[in-house]
Amino acid sequence: MTLETLTLELLPPTWRVHAAFFKGVVNSEFLQEQLLGRNAEFEYAFIDASAIVSRQQVLSALFNVAVVAETGGLQTPNVHSEVVCSLSPGKNIAEAYRRWGITPGTTKDIIILKILTLEPKSECPTADDVWTHLRKHVDGRPVPLTDDEIDGSTDWAKVRKYYKLNGAPALEGIQDDAGRKKEAETLIITSMALRGL
Amino acid sequence: MSNSPAMTEFPPPQILTYPASSAPVLIAQGAEGRLYKTTYLLPDQPCALKYRPSKPYRHPILDARLTRARILAEARVLQRCRREGVPVPAVYATNEKAGWLMMEWVDGAPVRQRINEWLGARPDTEAAQVEAQSADQTPLISLMQRIGSAIGRLHRTGVVHGDLTTSNMILQRPKEHQHNGHTGEGAMEKGKALEGHVVLIDFGLATQSSSEEDRAVDLYVLERAFGSTHPRAEELFEQVLQSYKETFKQAPAVLRKLEDVRMRGRKRSMLG
Ligand SMILES: Nc1ncnc2c1ncn2[C@@H]1O[C@H](COP(=O)(O)OP(=O)(O)O)[C@@H](O)[C@H]1O
Ligand SMILES: [Mg+2]
Repeated sequence: MTLETLTLELLPPTWRVHAAFFKGVVNSEFLQEQLLGRNAEFEYAFIDASAIVSRQQVLSALFNVAVVAETGGLQTPNVHSEVVCSLSPGKNIAEAYRRWGITPGTTKDIIILKILTLEPKSECPTADDVWTHLRKHVDGRPVPLTDDEIDGSTDWAKVRKYYKLNGAPALEGIQDDAGRKKEAETLIITSMALRGL
Repeated sequence: MSNSPAMTEFPPPQILTYPASSAPVLIAQGAEGRLYKTTYLLPDQPCALKYRPSKPYRHPILDARLTRARILAEARVLQRCRREGVPVPAVYATNEKAGWLMMEWVDGAPVRQRINEWLGARPDTEAAQVEAQSADQTPLISLMQRIGSAIGRLHRTGVVHGDLTTSNMILQRPKEHQHNGHTGEGAMEKGKALEGHVVLIDFGLATQSSSEEDRAVDLYVLERAFGSTHPRAEELFEQVLQSYKETFKQAPAVLRKLEDVRMRGRKRSMLG
């Protein structure tokens, strides 16, 4: 198990994005403290996997950040916090952190993204550096970022509430579980694209 | 990519200059904007990017505001429709500042094209036509019904389209005929040429409205478009209205209004 480097269509060529997924994390409180203390070594997007339904959803959030960054429209301090907020269908930033960021004591499964922008002359950590750092500080079991692994973490009651999927006519008409999940993902991605605008 | 005529003649939005597994393709160029086919996140996920370039003759602040309002209005209507189960493309991403909207690629061809191909392929001689008539019409009637029910669902949702023509509906290629990422035409048997879901597109002029008048105008515009582009299928428009009625409870009042709208249309054309 190592760090995954994501390749995405139409990502700015200067972006390098690494991804990891840890389950059964016991030190979310420590991680949260590093974020609150603005510890520069902890510039990561930490995502609570219980509010995520698929890998595609994560890639989608990442893409949306690249899109707003392009026109200088970040709503939060940096690209990592922006990833967490871009998972939200609404405009409320504090609520987005609460729902998709880590909550000490509650968050167990964490999806982590590290975005590096390769600017000339800047020292850029390698994938190995990032992985070593994560292994040292995230106390949990690394798993691949796959739909199967995400499936085991999803809290559907939460997801349905956050994305207002309850009573959506589009879902009620679908009989098979896989089809309904796919359409739910599509509705989620559509509402992330709108960002409550 | 940057050397292809489509990319130099009309500069694409910046996003399309970034690396992707296949070069973007300019699909349509209208008065208001352009439509490109490109990929979303993964090489095997095609998407449509609708781009409204800024208009140099408009004041920049006004231009930015109009573009933003239009992109967001179209995206909101698509979101609402999708959630309500109206067959429309999903929205993947929006950049209202850069003036584009990225959505699901609907694999297929405009209904207009499919109907014309189908009508064109009919036997030429009158005798052969009469003979083929009864067997022939079933797929076309079924298509009319799918169109009517898509519009019924749209109106039920509280949205009127504003530019309902057979070019703004795509007959989605049934899944088993789909070949991801290509625009090429698969050879399809004649009997199956009109199969597939009807997906409504182009909500650039759509509004949220529950007015009978607005709904009737939607139907009238389609009826007129039908008469001029598919005269041989005109008599089948009744099937659209029939299935609209079956899908949408408030249809009878709209159809009564349609009578008025037709009347006004006729008067106007007599005067003009
Ligand atoms: N989501 C889509 N999937 C596939 N083709 C599309 C999609 N959206 C538009 N098109 C194609 O591009 C053309 C122009 O798009 P449209 O939204 O109708 O823009 P316009 O406002 O310029 O008419 C359509 O007639 C259709 O052929
Ligand atoms: Mg159009």
